[in-house]
Amino acid sequence: MTAATGDAGNAGAMGRNLHYVAQKRRVREDRRFVTGTGKFVQDVTLPDTRHAAVLPSPYPRARILSVDTAAAEALDGVHMVLTGQQMAADCNPIRLGLKLPEVKWYPLAVDMTRYAGEWVAIVVADTAYIAEDALALIQVEYEPLAPVIDPEQAFAETDLLVHPGHGSNVLYHGHFLWGDVDGDFAAADDSLSFRARWGRSSTVPIETFGALARWDAGTEILDIWASIQMPNFVELLASTLGYPLNNIRLHQDVDVGGSYGVKRGIKQSVLVAYLARKLRMPVRLIEDRLVNMAGGDAHGPDRIFDTDVAFTNDGIIKSLKIRALDDAGAYPGRAPFQLAKPISAIVGPYTINSVKYEAISVATNKTGQVPVRGFGQAPTNYMIEMAVDAVARHLDLDRLEVRRRNLIPSDAFPYRIPSGSDYDSGDYHTVLQKGLDLARYDELLQRRDKARAEGRLAGIGIATCLEPGGGNNIFEYLMDPTAEITTFMEACEVKVDPQGRITGMMGTTTSGQGHETLFATILGEELEFDPDEIRIVHADSLSALPTRSPVASRMAIMLGGAATGAAGKIKDRAMAIAAFNLDRPAADLEYSGGTISDRNDPSRKLTWAEICFIAYRAYHKLPPGMEPGFHAQFVFQVPGGGQLPDARNRVQIYPCFSFQAHIPYVEIDPGTGKVSVLDYAIAHDCGTVINPDIVRGMVIGGLAHGIGAALYEKFAYDGEGQFLSASFADYLMPSVHEIPDVKDVEHCTPSPLTSHGQKGSGEGGYLGAPAAIASAVNDALHPLGLTILELPMRMHKIEALINDGSG
Amino acid sequence: MSQREINLSINGKTYAAAVEPRLSLLDFLRDHAGLTGTHVGCEHGVCGACSILFDGVPIRSCLMLAVQADGHAITTVEGLCNEDGAPGPLQDAFQEAHGLQCGYCTPGMLISAQALLAGNSDPSIAEIKDAIGGNLCRCTGYVQIIEAIQLAASRLREAGQ
Repeated sequence: MTAATGDAGNAGAMGRNLHYVAQKRRVREDRRFVTGTGKFVQDVTLPDTRHAAVLPSPYPRARILSVDTAAAEALDGVHMVLTGQQMAADCNPIRLGLKLPEVKWYPLAVDMTRYAGEWVAIVVADTAYIAEDALALIQVEYEPLAPVIDPEQAFAETDLLVHPGHGSNVLYHGHFLWGDVDGDFAAADDSLSFRARWGRSSTVPIETFGALARWDAGTEILDIWASIQMPNFVELLASTLGYPLNNIRLHQDVDVGGSYGVKRGIKQSVLVAYLARKLRMPVRLIEDRLVNMAGGDAHGPDRIFDTDVAFTNDGIIKSLKIRALDDAGAYPGRAPFQLAKPISAIVGPYTINSVKYEAISVATNKTGQVPVRGFGQAPTNYMIEMAVDAVARHLDLDRLEVRRRNLIPSDAFPYRIPSGSDYDSGDYHTVLQKGLDLARYDELLQRRDKARAEGRLAGIGIATCLEPGGGNNIFEYLMDPTAEITTFMEACEVKVDPQGRITGMMGTTTSGQGHETLFATILGEELEFDPDEIRIVHADSLSALPTRSPVASRMAIMLGGAATGAAGKIKDRAMAIAAFNLDRPAADLEYSGGTISDRNDPSRKLTWAEICFIAYRAYHKLPPGMEPGFHAQFVFQVPGGGQLPDARNRVQIYPCFSFQAHIPYVEIDPGTGKVSVLDYAIAHDCGTVINPDIVRGMVIGGLAHGIGAALYEKFAYDGEGQFLSASFADYLMPSVHEIPDVKDVEHCTPSPLTSHGQKGSGEGGYLGAPAAIASAVNDALHPLGLTILELPMRMHKIEALINDGSG
Repeated sequence: MSQREINLSINGKTYAAAVEPRLSLLDFLRDHAGLTGTHVGCEHGVCGACSILFDGVPIRSCLMLAVQADGHAITTVEGLCNEDGAPGPLQDAFQEAHGLQCGYCTPGMLISAQALLAGNSDPSIAEIKDAIGGNLCRCTGYVQIIEAIQLAASRLREAGQ
């Protein structure tokens, strides 16, 4: 266990003397969580709340011939049983990311089930126990049909269609060409091809999804509390229910028990909203674990890559041809876009000259896919790293040396990649070297070789990966040119009260990323007040300023930018009041900890208390035309964005690019195929670190999540479409025993685009660890002449590969 | 459904209630005793979010019925606080080391750590891993949790000297 040996290097990185940013300070959210006083959706209680439970379909694909709810409705304590047909009559289909009018997604299955676990009916009762009793009394008559499970089959299939009205299982099929791929392949010395598969896993927060709704007949407002993390959630809820947007109030002061992208319970929220209004009682639905895993619509990418790589005999990679086929499940939501976001970093951290990219999203009879940590970048990074390792193996070159020859040099930034993004800053070679030093790479090589000499299978992994951050979703336009959306903002409001105390209002929920600490730290830094004395609140959706929510590793960049902007306006206002009252030009005044004084005569000054008094109480001392009060709003647009793609589909997507070098060490038991991750070093660069403990936690937590995706976690279906991974005994999340001692080190290459040089950090560990573990396992298998390019690399698969070559 | 009378002690306070025999201890703690610090994670005994101390021993409250707790003493995460509700020593160490993120698994982690430290103020890393091996955390990768427990242990030892 090693603490960060931290040349965090932040202070002074921007030429400023930082007081709070980048300092080791407590995370303010932690206090309520350690004392058990967090307020999660399950902890919100309203009088007369009723409880819902859902009935899952046992069949992956079946016609619903009839639903008999009479016995369930007759059960004492049951208030209502709702079926799919009844629900569909009163709502619109849930809006999808792509415009697919014949792919109709309703909260409950209508006429046909499309995956095992899809919800067919919902019961509302006095208690969750009674609601579950009633489920057993619902009689559904099904006509089971053959499902389509394999994505390649789904792609080719013309008869067996998940959504017959759509006419195909293909939800999206696009071709992109950036640069002279054919020329680069023709000119290259050599090329190779491989297939790599990313398995169906997800983030699986320990808290399932839950929602509680209340219809207030007096104000005609729908109040909703939900464990949500999603842009435009209320808009989606309103469009599905057919409500005006300002009839819905999402309470965003609910703590969310982990999300990492997936807490998007739109169908759940539509159901409780509808039922609460219908029954005139608060209704809540808390998914149990089995319901969540099978039918919570929270699975992640499930992707097959076919990649061709062109390179020189020196190992310089010139070009990539990538075909990515992704299995979106039955209802795609925003899933296809997870093929588009990685375009922002389609060449990884390497100087690859050209890329051809074919992206295909297909529907199958499986649970729907939602955004998962990194929005498709983790699978893509895995594929790119496997390409680099394959080139090294092919040429019998060292994997490190091949990376060093291909990494973008530090003097090349900003660096434009073929698909149009400018990488803002980076020092990849230095970060890699820091990782190697931390791992004691030479000793690690000796350890591996000694283990091999003793007959063990041992391997070292190397992955050098990017984390795009900031959340500019212009990639959607690449898939749907009618989506002409270039605004990706985050906002906040800052109030100074008559006592001079500061309150910051953010417009979203938070799910463990420490946004309140982030916001207070930056306000404290800019206004020169102790962050611990700054209050942070979460506005509800009717009061909040525009937000795109905490997705896309964006809040340090975007909320940080908004906070800096609002703090600047507060200081401007204070300065204007002081200039007027001190009768000095603002240029002669300086701000220090809230007091404004004359540079030439420091005895002439106005204190913070005096400024606040004037702002609130002394209209006669306000500069003419200034409104009373002391507050500021700031809406921050994502840096570097605002443009549509050019004619060749090139566009700046995310603004900031963090970087990490992962170096794990593994050994494999040849008898069982069990992989043990024995050591792990990571060097990480997300520019300026706002709070070191938060960043370190997210880096290591993401890395652990990535170890899970690499070795253990899989939403498995059998050939008949039955779901096999509903419990934590089947879907294997890493416990502390599966996570090695992690050594971590930070490096700081500030972003020139952000308020304090910060970049994103919530996804990075996860975006590199699966590639790194795959690299290590393949290094361990190398002496046997074996490779495995399929995640998760579960032990039975490795055992079969070792012992009969079948894999 | 018929109800059974139970009497139990939670965080040193006596509770008497009439409950359905099928009511889980977890649901009793949250919905009847109003102690929502104990969290619902999987309800099949794997994740450990619902861990409590049962006569001093860490157990999963999702796997026990409320009626089975009749006559027993329970400690929940709320019971680890100081009398004024401020964080107790172990909780303070979790704050100091940032041994959490979203806070959902945290009460269970604290309970497992409390049980460990009650009998061992100088645990090895292996002993710490053993103690929290039945508590899943998705946010942290466990490293800062281990460090928090080590910090709490070292403070305990210092206080004992």
